[in-house]
Amino acid sequence: MAELVFWFVAAITIISAGFVVLNNQLIYSAVALLFTLFGVAGIYVFLWADFIAGIQILVYVGGILVLVIFGIMLTNKIKSVRISHKSMQQGVGGAVALWLFIFLSIALSKAPWAVSEAIEPSGTVREIGILLLTDYLLPFEIISLLLLGALIGAAVLSRGDA
Amino acid sequence: MHSLDSYLFISSMLFCLGVFGVMTRRNAIAVLMGVELILNAANINFVAFSKFNGMNLDGHIFGLFVIVLAAAEAAVALAIIINIYNNLNSINVDDAAELRQ
Repeated sequence: MAELVFWFVAAITIISAGFVVLNNQLIYSAVALLFTLFGVAGIYVFLWADFIAGIQILVYVGGILVLVIFGIMLTNKIKSVRISHKSMQQGVGGAVALWLFIFLSIALSKAPWAVSEAIEPSGTVREIGILLLTDYLLPFEIISLLLLGALIGAAVLSRGDA
Repeated sequence: MHSLDSYLFISSMLFCLGVFGVMTRRNAIAVLMGVELILNAANINFVAFSKFNGMNLDGHIFGLFVIVLAAAEAAVALAIIINIYNNLNSINVDDAAELRQ
């Protein structure tokens, strides 16, 4: 049963990612991206990463996807939702991507990964919190400064000459 | 249950789709969506290696940082895209090829 659900989630992720890069309507691509992000959150759940899955939904679906849709609406003279945009050189791009995929699959199936088993934890939030305030305190502070700088920069950039 | 390889397989598929999107799309926002796919693929790898390395939570911290960086990147990228649109009236990345005012 869990096996079936896993491959179902994986199929949703990959198929909707295909829609994101192949669909000709920009809004449809954004909606397909929603399903991809939810699918990735599902994969995180299978990897016992409950906290990361929650953050994925909060930040990606609630933040980044809304930003992307705002971007689509602000940069098109909207008359309908069918904002088309063309792709170019899909043949060459597809060949390169396919070659890259074959190369990666061969490489990762031949690599001798050092796998060690673990028991399923009851939750990761507590351990992640402890790590963030001990071992990773400095990166945590730096990344919060970076986020602050990026958001102020984005606000200044998009305000124009007021 | 599932082996490490199946997760790596899924994430490499997602990565290649993202690379395909970045290469073929000409709309800047669609290129941004391709970049998001690539970041998600990398994040799946981080979390998968974390699980199969004896539930070492360092990978989760890295995944968290990648998500935060993706948020910052999306905000700045969309601000730049809106500026390009205001100046050139199009967000085709081929139109924005000049480095002068």
